[in-house]
Amino acid sequence: MANELKIRVNEQVRTVTAAPDTPLLYVLSNELNLQGPRFGCGLGQCGSCSVLVNGVEMRSCQTRVSAVEGKSVTTLEGLPAWYAAQKKLAQAPALHPMQQALIDEQAVQCGYCYNGMIVKASELLSKTPQPTEAQIRSAMNGHLCRCGTYPRILKAVQRASQMMKGVAK
Amino acid sequence: MSSRREFLKTGGALVIGFSLRDELLGQQRGTAPGPDLRQIDTWIAIHSDNTATVHIGFCELGQGASTALPQIAAEELDLDMSQVKTVGLDTNVTPNQGGTFSSASVARGGPQIRTAAAEARLALLQLASKRLDSPVDRLTVSKGIVSVRGIPNRSVTYGDLVGGNLFNVPFTGSAPVKPATEYKLVGTPVARRDMPAKVSGKHVYMQHVRVPGMMHARVVRPRGQGAYRDGAKVLNIDESSIRSIAGVRLVRRGDFIGIVAENEWDAVRAAQQLKVTWNLKPTLPGNDRLYDQMRAAETQDRVVLEKGDVAGAIGKAAHMVSLTGRGPYQAHALFGPSCAIADVKTDSALIACTTSDVYSTRTNLARLLEIPVEKVQVQYYEGAGTYGHSCYEDAAQAAAILSQAVGKPVRLQFMRWDEHGWDNYGPAHVGEVRAAADSDGRIVAYEYNGWQHNWAVVETSAQLAFGTQAAERDGGAAQQVSPLNLGSMYDVPNLKLVNHRVPGLGYLKGGWLRSPLDLSFSFASEQAIDELAYRVGMDPYAFRQRNIKDPRWLGVLDAVAKAANWTTRRAASNLSKAKVVTGRGIGVGTHLASYGAAVAEIEVDKETGRIRAKHMYGAIDAGLAVNPGNIENQISGQLVQTVSRMLKEEVTFNKTNVTSLDWNSYPILRFEECPEITPIVVQRLNERSTGAGEEVMAGAAAAIANAFFDATGVRMQEYPFTPSRVLAALKKNGG
Ligand code: FES
Ligand code: FES
Repeated sequence: MANELKIRVNEQVRTVTAAPDTPLLYVLSNELNLQGPRFGCGLGQCGSCSVLVNGVEMRSCQTRVSAVEGKSVTTLEGLPAWYAAQKKLAQAPALHPMQQALIDEQAVQCGYCYNGMIVKASELLSKTPQPTEAQIRSAMNGHLCRCGTYPRILKAVQRASQMMKGVAK
Repeated sequence: MSSRREFLKTGGALVIGFSLRDELLGQQRGTAPGPDLRQIDTWIAIHSDNTATVHIGFCELGQGASTALPQIAAEELDLDMSQVKTVGLDTNVTPNQGGTFSSASVARGGPQIRTAAAEARLALLQLASKRLDSPVDRLTVSKGIVSVRGIPNRSVTYGDLVGGNLFNVPFTGSAPVKPATEYKLVGTPVARRDMPAKVSGKHVYMQHVRVPGMMHARVVRPRGQGAYRDGAKVLNIDESSIRSIAGVRLVRRGDFIGIVAENEWDAVRAAQQLKVTWNLKPTLPGNDRLYDQMRAAETQDRVVLEKGDVAGAIGKAAHMVSLTGRGPYQAHALFGPSCAIADVKTDSALIACTTSDVYSTRTNLARLLEIPVEKVQVQYYEGAGTYGHSCYEDAAQAAAILSQAVGKPVRLQFMRWDEHGWDNYGPAHVGEVRAAADSDGRIVAYEYNGWQHNWAVVETSAQLAFGTQAAERDGGAAQQVSPLNLGSMYDVPNLKLVNHRVPGLGYLKGGWLRSPLDLSFSFASEQAIDELAYRVGMDPYAFRQRNIKDPRWLGVLDAVAKAANWTTRRAASNLSKAKVVTGRGIGVGTHLASYGAAVAEIEVDKETGRIRAKHMYGAIDAGLAVNPGNIENQISGQLVQTVSRMLKEEVTFNKTNVTSLDWNSYPILRFEECPEITPIVVQRLNERSTGAGEEVMAGAAAAIANAFFDATGVRMQEYPFTPSRVLAALKKNGG
């Protein structure tokens, strides 16, 4: 049965109507019309649906909506503000450095996997600001890309890491 | 025409398809004229703010067409990139340029857009000539401002000349186009225009489109297709199995089953929960017997190319090689499963989907729905990169069938197992090569025999719902032994290519998958060439140089060898007893008109059988490279996918059905496994642009196989090179 639930998404408390066992992904897409997290496999295998829950990357296709009550969900759309809060910036930038780095690297094919790639890389950079190549590869290994953009995404993570150096905290 | 104008004012379909729906269909439902290709207005519109909209009949599939084609238009019109917009593909709006496949968007679409833009520019100059009272040849244009040469303040903008009005000028194709030497935009790596929206979540993929009053749907099919001919037959449906989920509706048409619900999660779980008994026939060969059965089939044979006397030349040659190569079925397996929205009324229909060809999809849908084609409108939205004929049209048909049944707009999305399990797979292939060289290392004879079946015509939804008989496409390029990719790059006096068409209805559904069959072709063919070099005792690069005359083939070969710092030595001359050994390989190949060459550097763990691709180099000569940055991206994508396809990808199936239904059972290359990539674009300003989306894969596939030989001294006869297959090959050869 559908219930009213309150969840915190991108620092706003939102009331949604959903059966408690509904995967968070469907709530984000259909109730909140967010376009970042998107269906890829529904099996936890690809990373297309990734979001941050209390700063930790999770697969929203495998997370029941009721499980994030009382927690803070950040989607692709909320990453710039999340980054600003972490770095104690007065104002959120238009794009998270990882988003900007992808544009700078022109790491583009279809872009469908970017949501997961960006969310995962943001999590990595928040914990490990200067990751080695091996750390990047291992952190990103659960995120698939059918178009083969890995090499440029790797460069983008490195570039984002450079960009974040020296940003106040 | 006036409604098209109205439509353009809204800023184009990317705003979001269905907000336009009432505006557009409210007026046009029932008339829906197809755009007239012989009018400039069909291709280009100039707005009063001095910008232009280009109507492009190719879709953005992630390959950058939405950047490269406007780039061509901006060049001819002397506009800035920022002044040129495009609109989404729509059978009511955009011209029919044929489907977006065979790397056609720039190759085929470029010249059309270029000549249309040149003709529009000429028409604009003629108007300006009157307005400024100066002959056309004294006018010059920059950023859409026409001025009289030497008198910059005597000027007028395109916007002032026609803004908001139609040209009403026929498209004759006769206006002169700019010479390449004057290009300012074409040939430069203009940044991709879709990037900012794609990284921020603002880009509207098909999967994001929503319509008021829309229902969510899923299909219910057996997990994994069986033999194409058999489709799937329903024996029994237990409707009580989904009674616990309120508000879902079961739709059945023939053997087509779908679930429709207001709530997406309800549709998803009902589709999983519904108990259906299927009649599954054990008529497939299964992976074990696949190649033997194909090879033993009664085939339709055709000599594709023959010159000289192959048998005679082989008989006299100093060195002869014969080699068999086997390539599996491979899946498109797009990252986001296919999705479509259909709104089918009694006398008309609107379908939004990810088809690569809105026009042919419209024709098929009209037939299926029994609605006249001019009352069916098909719109394109970008989905995840498809790389060929995946389930996009199947999904469009499924949505349409369900919408027709429930009388409401329906959004249908495939589940992962639907997409993996009901794909039109790139067909399996068996190739047998014989090649011979004289003692000087000149190739004297080359023969290729290839076995595979053709592509499926009927989409699964139509087959299940209406019992449409399975049928295959007739012959044609990309479904048969390729005279472009086999042997013909070499200067060989005696050559024979024979195609053996296997009747395909008892196999899996086939379809075009990026660089169709080419990986399998070159896997066999370029290994045979490599082996000849080895027998002659030559370095594989030097051997190819000696046997290639065409400067463009030599150009890509040299470019890639140089990038990889290739040093001369015979293959397998550094064999070692170590557990982990390294090798390098080279290969050439193509899909259609362009030229490709690649070098692979790999590492083989002889104990685990694991291969790691360390570095891939790929060069393409695609004539005039309109946007070299785009092509570099294309080469990178092709190289990574080739590594994935050669090392990991194989559709698995038993006698009744496909069993590779997700990313665990159909693994693809992962981040940790990704090699370093070096893309090389060979720019040819004075050559016609040809495709750049597929043509380095063949050479790259061969380079990997040849690198394996260099590392181990063993020739692989079947790919993908999974650890178990590698270990078996090493064991068999005492490696
Ligand atoms: S969609 Fe959630 S991991 Fe693939
Ligand atoms: S860019 Fe297409 S899936 Fe990654």
